[in-house]
Amino acid sequence: MLQAGEWAYSETLKEHFMNPKNILQGENTDDFDGVGMEGNLQCGDQMMVVIKVDKAKDTITDCQWKTYGCASAIASTSVLSEMVKGRTLDAAFHISPKEVAQELGGLPDHKIHCSVLGDKALRAAINNYYTRNGQEDKVKQELVKVVCQCMNITDHDIEDAVLEGARTYFELQERTKCGTVCGQCKEETEVLLEKFKHIHFGA
Amino acid sequence: MKVYFDHNATTPLHPEVKKEMIAGMEMFGNPSSMHAYGREARANVEHARAQVANFIGAKENEIIFVGSGSEANNTVLSLFVCSSSQCIPGSRRSTIITTKIEHPCVLETAECLAHRGVKVKYLAVDRYGKIDLDQLASLLNDNVGLVSVMMANNEIGTLQDIETITKMVHESGAYMHTDAVQAVGKVPVDVRELGVDFLTISAHKIYGPKGVGALFVKQGIPYCPLIRGGHQERGRRAGTENTLGILGMARAVEMRMVEMPEEEERLHTLKQVLQKGIEERIDDISINGHPTDSLASTLNVSFTGVEGEAILLYLDLEGIAVSTGSACASGSLDPSHVLLATGVDAELAHGSIRFSMGRETTLQEVEYLLDVLPRVIKQIRNMSTAYIKGGLHATSR
Ligand SMILES: Cc1ncc(COP(=O)(O)O)c(C=O)c1O
Ligand code: FES
Repeated sequence: MLQAGEWAYSETLKEHFMNPKNILQGENTDDFDGVGMEGNLQCGDQMMVVIKVDKAKDTITDCQWKTYGCASAIASTSVLSEMVKGRTLDAAFHISPKEVAQELGGLPDHKIHCSVLGDKALRAAINNYYTRNGQEDKVKQELVKVVCQCMNITDHDIEDAVLEGARTYFELQERTKCGTVCGQCKEETEVLLEKFKHIHFGA
Repeated sequence: MKVYFDHNATTPLHPEVKKEMIAGMEMFGNPSSMHAYGREARANVEHARAQVANFIGAKENEIIFVGSGSEANNTVLSLFVCSSSQCIPGSRRSTIITTKIEHPCVLETAECLAHRGVKVKYLAVDRYGKIDLDQLASLLNDNVGLVSVMMANNEIGTLQDIETITKMVHESGAYMHTDAVQAVGKVPVDVRELGVDFLTISAHKIYGPKGVGALFVKQGIPYCPLIRGGHQERGRRAGTENTLGILGMARAVEMRMVEMPEEEERLHTLKQVLQKGIEERIDDISINGHPTDSLASTLNVSFTGVEGEAILLYLDLEGIAVSTGSACASGSLDPSHVLLATGVDAELAHGSIRFSMGRETTLQEVEYLLDVLPRVIKQIRNMSTAYIKGGLHATSR
């Protein structure tokens, strides 16, 4: 008989979960040069990343965070905060969820969604830094936009569903499960649905 | 310290059950065989049937042994897609009514039936998880063939008034099923008092083995097997009997008869200690489920600003086993359908924990939990975005 003990997660993830690094203590973010927040509590995941920047070298000198979420969410923000220290803003901006997952020793498939908010929050913090420092020209928009935070459905997913035949909000929900949890994404989803129907089918 | 607060998920074998099953391992005959080996097994299966029947006030020929509570529930609902005149709908009564808070084995079966032409209606529940009897009355009509309402809810412990519901259902000419998996062995269950036509039991929730359950089918009620191809269980459930499991289930039921009466009182006290302790030591919490009509063993609590899986795993590191309603831990992303049905908002539903106690839970264990839990919640809240200025529900978009 096998013994219990093995987690569904890697040892690295477990370590970051047990001893998370760089948690922002208290609520004051005034000492930081950039603040980014993504997700919301209704969907079960929210992350805030704050950074300090060496302005001469454009590198991140400190990164702290807060996370509302499951073990993968906590561990992935923790590991991310370690990864970015010393990186240039540009390099940090391009950290992908995949790199974070790799650094964690892998994530179960159904947990990938829990880790994507960390790097998004980081990018938001970097953009926030640029904005605050008169470098709006460097602010980069997200290429894909998560519309439904609960189910992690992007505008691309909605476009795909429309191309595959979804014509009503209900059909879209059946295909993507978009909007099936807290429902706050309904309005935005319906706008996108109409937009993609119009673009692809002239409807 | 290692403590188990997840008895609604499953229970350890009762020592008496273990003994019975170890002794029973020598018995390998097929109950269908006519020789001595077979007769020994048959005698034991029939003895077990009598014990299970006795426990819920049924007749022996009304008990069908099945492979799980899930199978029993699937069997009852699936009577509705059979078009034979022997089966329930008789083509006319083709609507099923159930509730929004059933176990997934009912909800997903109902969903599947809906794809196959059965009309399914779902009863809403109030903030305590009680179904609305007026809504039931308004939905009952000549088209309704079956109503399926769980007796005790596995997540929040709320008990329904099955007796009253059954009367209403019978007056409208429909049949009544109750999933009593979480009720049998915890509160008194008598099928005659309840009046139900079908009732589901599972052994592993009451200190019996996993993979065995029983379906009560009232004598004379139309029936059609889900598993076909054998004469076992009088043609009602094919497959060579799980003799060892059945033996264990019967012993589990026997022990429940002895232990249940005094246990409820004890668990009730423990639940009060636990609830009071949590309320006193932790801010921003809310209790889910019915304040009185509820299982004495089950306490479901929502913690603001923390996600359930994180609580579960930090408690696990301290040797405490609990369960989340929010299913992130179990592989899907949805918060508990039960809590959402009771009107708990999605955020709180994500931060909900079910503590379920059992026959060997002690006051000492509850106190240990009360020592650890406030620290864990504080630690998670300290890293949560929910408690920063303007953090609640904020997004940067
Ligand atoms: C209310 C309820 N119904 C049905 C089941 C399923 O029983 P089993 O595990 O025997 O399939 C469970 C157990 O998870 C339950 O809690
Ligand atoms: S954002 Fe909650 S359901 Fe889409």
